[in-house]
Amino acid sequence: MKKIKLATVWLAGCSGCHMSFLDLDEWLLELAEKVDMVYSPIADVKDYPDDVDVCLVEGAIANEENLQLIKEIRQKTKLIVSFGDCAVTANVPAMRNMLGPAETVLKRSYLELGDVTPQLPQEPGIVPELLDRVSPVHEVIKVDLFLPGCPPDAHRIRAAIEPLLQGEQPVIEGREMIKFG
Amino acid sequence: MVVKTLIINNQLLTASEDQTILEAAKDAGIDIPTLCHLDGVSDVGACRLCLVEIEGSSKLQPACVTQVQEGMVIQTETEKLQTYRRMAVELLFAEGNHVCAVCVVNGNCQLQDVAVRVGMDHSRFPYQFPQRKVDLSHPQFGMDHNRCILCTRCVRVCDEIEGAHVWDVASRGGQSFIVSGINQPWGDVNACTSCGKCVDACPTGAIFRKGSTVAEMNHDPEKIRFLVTAREQKEWTR
Repeated sequence: MKKIKLATVWLAGCSGCHMSFLDLDEWLLELAEKVDMVYSPIADVKDYPDDVDVCLVEGAIANEENLQLIKEIRQKTKLIVSFGDCAVTANVPAMRNMLGPAETVLKRSYLELGDVTPQLPQEPGIVPELLDRVSPVHEVIKVDLFLPGCPPDAHRIRAAIEPLLQGEQPVIEGREMIKFG
Repeated sequence: MVVKTLIINNQLLTASEDQTILEAAKDAGIDIPTLCHLDGVSDVGACRLCLVEIEGSSKLQPACVTQVQEGMVIQTETEKLQTYRRMAVELLFAEGNHVCAVCVVNGNCQLQDVAVRVGMDHSRFPYQFPQRKVDLSHPQFGMDHNRCILCTRCVRVCDEIEGAHVWDVASRGGQSFIVSGINQPWGDVNACTSCGKCVDACPTGAIFRKGSTVAEMNHDPEKIRFLVTAREQKEWTR
């Protein structure tokens, strides 16, 4: 039987959702038998591969690299899961939206509060530009499944992934599956 | 007292003529979601969550402010109602700054509960990220307008139960906000008795007790009902 190609990506978030994914503990061994982990912060793969079946997207869209990567992911992936509150609502990363454009935040962080050699980060090709607005993933691309929670706990993650392994759509309802925060 | 007969979700019921649809449904064990409704305080129908379909009318009616009528035929769980309720909750999340992960009432929030109830897993509407203020001038409590959903529970409880009327709604339309003492900082309002009823009445973390950290704060809306019962029925035991 052909293995399902699973990917996870880490955009603007704290990686707590990935830590929660690792909280699946022994079930990860069962999962490893059924899926091929083709891209992940856990697996050291540089380029996002073609023909991915499922991708768990953690984090909001906050800079040019996030934006570029998420569009590439949409083109190459069958089913995209908005994974965690940062992806579903933009959550804590979006708190800078209330402060105005990215320039305001950059100046505050790197110039006003820069103790030693205050300067704006400027390295094209290495440091991606910040977007003026941090967006949840579904504002940028079409998302197939939503998994809120900060982070979603391991039971919720398993309840969402297990049906996907059988080619079924998980039922996302009730406090166990859709409570924010 | 006159009794009316009506049908809710194909159940034949009787209700007193002074009851609202919400009260009649509750007595019959039918759950209609609410958010701005608070037992013990008058109703305003602000949140539009308790909308119901009444046969013969093309409009949806808020159950909390609609009196029962003889022969009414009501549906509370149609697909149209589910759609509107979910839309209303998504809009509430989209128009404020609800960062549940770092909120004092995370896990004890009625807005969160209602989101679960209507099956909201995300907001289809773009988040607005408005610039809103935080008032920390009161020695015991704080008001975070980012979390306020304008249900006006605090306005009603302060006016009707405490009798101080510290809170009201200022400005118009999308710019509306809850104001203290006709635009004074909360701590400067002489009328405020620091009773904390608005803190208990608030369904979200908008009005909170200082010193609370993430997921630590619990509101006690049952206290409001208890106070009203105590005054009206002389039942002083909780």
